[in-house]
Amino acid sequence: MIKKEMIAMLLAGGQGSRLGVLTSKVAKPAVAFGGKYRIIDFPLSNCINSGVDTVGVLTQYQPLRLNTHIGIGIPWDLDRNIGGVTVLPPYEKSTNSEWYTGTANAIYQNLEYMESFNPEYILILSGDHIYKMDYEVMLDFHKANNAEVTIAVMPVPMEEASRFGIMITDENKKIVDFEEKPAQPRSNLASMGIYIFNWKTLKEALITNAEQPSLDFGKHVIPYCHEKGCPLYAYEFNGYWKDVGTLSSYWEANMELIDIVPEFNLYEEYWKIYTKSEIQPPQYVAADSVVERSIIGEGTEIYGKVYNSVIGCGVTIGKNTVVKDSIIMNHTVIGDNSELYKAIVAEDVQIGNQVRLGYGDEVPNDTAPHIYNQGIVTVGEKSVIPDGITVGKNAVVFGETSAEDYQDGKLLPSGKTLIKAGE
Amino acid sequence: MRAIGIILAGGNNHKMKELSQKRAVCAMPIAGSYRSIDFTLSNMSNSHIQKVAVLTQYNARSLNEHLNSSKWWDFGRKQGGLEVRTPVVTADNSNWYRGTADAIYQNINFLKNSHEPYVVIASGDCVYKLDFGKLLEYHIEKQADITVVCTELPEDVPCERFGTVRMNENYKIEEFEEKPLQAKGHTISCGIYVIRRRLLIEMIEKCAQEDRYDFVRDILVRYKDIKKIVGYKIKDYWRNISTVQDYFETNMDFLKPEVRDYFFKQYPDIYSKVDDLPPAKYNVGSNVRNSLISSGCIVNGTVENSIVFKKSYIGNNTVIKNSIILNDVYIGDNVYIENCIVESHDTIRANTRYVGEDGIRIVVERNDRYIL
Repeated sequence: MIKKEMIAMLLAGGQGSRLGVLTSKVAKPAVAFGGKYRIIDFPLSNCINSGVDTVGVLTQYQPLRLNTHIGIGIPWDLDRNIGGVTVLPPYEKSTNSEWYTGTANAIYQNLEYMESFNPEYILILSGDHIYKMDYEVMLDFHKANNAEVTIAVMPVPMEEASRFGIMITDENKKIVDFEEKPAQPRSNLASMGIYIFNWKTLKEALITNAEQPSLDFGKHVIPYCHEKGCPLYAYEFNGYWKDVGTLSSYWEANMELIDIVPEFNLYEEYWKIYTKSEIQPPQYVAADSVVERSIIGEGTEIYGKVYNSVIGCGVTIGKNTVVKDSIIMNHTVIGDNSELYKAIVAEDVQIGNQVRLGYGDEVPNDTAPHIYNQGIVTVGEKSVIPDGITVGKNAVVFGETSAEDYQDGKLLPSGKTLIKAGE
Repeated sequence: MRAIGIILAGGNNHKMKELSQKRAVCAMPIAGSYRSIDFTLSNMSNSHIQKVAVLTQYNARSLNEHLNSSKWWDFGRKQGGLEVRTPVVTADNSNWYRGTADAIYQNINFLKNSHEPYVVIASGDCVYKLDFGKLLEYHIEKQADITVVCTELPEDVPCERFGTVRMNENYKIEEFEEKPLQAKGHTISCGIYVIRRRLLIEMIEKCAQEDRYDFVRDILVRYKDIKKIVGYKIKDYWRNISTVQDYFETNMDFLKPEVRDYFFKQYPDIYSKVDDLPPAKYNVGSNVRNSLISSGCIVNGTVENSIVFKKSYIGNNTVIKNSIILNDVYIGDNVYIENCIVESHDTIRANTRYVGEDGIRIVVERNDRYIL
């Protein structure tokens, strides 16, 4: 008989549109992070480190890279005879076929998957946060309180609380009320989007609310459980937790890794983060290059100067090129004598010689100022930037560009958007 | 693939000095991220050899640890896969492997239970890329009994520690001398052979009956006039690492762009066990020039013309020149290291100095480590 005490359901289907061109071809959980990782590595590694060996990954938006990355789960030791990692895309049914229309709807559509493991508890995770957390401790808390639903929360500064879903608890951490993005927050405990449900409670709630359009945990399932009188508890988490949902928070979270002793330490032995290593060779740093305050992935060759940056695997940085305050993802090639300031360059990008990124005045982006801001230049994956181009701040380049696409054949001013990719 | 593979990984070698005290030569770390046996294993995997036996004996723990899962080389198969075979005591044998031929003899059932018509035998202490498929085609085309992979050493490299061969114009080997006192030519055997499985069983069994144990001396040299032994010359990079000097130079070769390009960028890849280490980190004050740095390292000091293996820590104001730092070494502040090989898991105290004055110095320091 198959029996798993707790299985995890990892929501990895969202686009993450606030990451702009970074997620135009990949789902947010598959976006590279910290040199060699992808965002989904963090919850997956947490699962296996917490002893959760059965994980269903719900995919929908652009799943190719995510699927290739997860494979059969070898990097996380999730290749199991029973359980392990299973990718769960939406599928056609004899009646009522639909995409995943909401977080809870996606889980609802996979009731059979969960049922097959005969679980006691279901752990709901999302694939877009950077943190290390022992879910087993959270489960102990859940059991100790005889809770039916436990929501992981973390204290945030009171002035930021109005950006989050806020839980109001009594002295025993029992949730008495909650409010979504309140103007006048009554508490500073923000929901982290991590839930443990008793299987029976979850199943009943999902089936009862099945007809609700865009069934969502925060909007429908949790309120339903609360109204029904289920004991809801808040599990307070005080470690490092970072939402990397926006370009600026993504950039900041990467930059925090290069501190001398970063708050989020990847070098600890006892809670390793695992990832699929695409390539294995060591990195080469040439004779007249400089590397300072940076982290660099495998197989990268550096001939230029790199300061305060996070560089992925298999990257080439040419002679006399200066890379500063930037994030360069896997397999990107940058030519000679170029300069990059505060740039996020996605995977497989080719940047020519004498290219300058992040040059000029701070001008708000003309198409999506809420996405592209803070002076960050963003270059989408597989883009090509020819020799001699200058790109300003808050600008976006995506696609195989040639000199004609630029002002006078050499300039993309600050705040401009150049998207040339198909579709 | 119509061949099975045997990797000879058992040998000890005093020419490696302190370095082989804790590991077999085949487990020696190479080029920052690899171990010597990865090259032969990857070549076999990339040539679609499905079934490989690694014969180990001397100091095999480190090697066994490296091979504890076969999935990294894609050998995690139901059909075939990777087998690590150490000597075992049985009802009719209580000996260690007394030589390469004896090692194969003690595993003769591996040959007998296979159905593939050919066997590729290779040693695990060489750095190279080779398509065994092409080698097998050549073997069949030449109608050889045994094919020996050969390479030409440069004139200034002494060949006396290798087996030297002389071939005629049809590549038939006419002379084969094992570790000659004075080498006559510069063509040497790379220790890689192709042979028909049934012929190998026959020769190995005959050899064992006569109490002979060495594959080269007792089979290749003795059969060279009776059987058709043919040479297969390779021109690409090939190096044996089993002396300290060769080990050092082979690693340093990876500082050359053409060697990195050949091994790291060109198809096919070389695989190794994955270690789940974070990216290498360069703090303020780090100054790295013409060096290879591996994942998991934290660099605070100066590194020049050196190779730093995985998970090493280099302290502030420390200078490392022309050296090899093996895995998981902790080097304190204000240390000076030049022309050294620093053994893995070493802890080098602050304010110390290690210089290889004449030749390469091997540093073995077992100090207590207090970190972070």
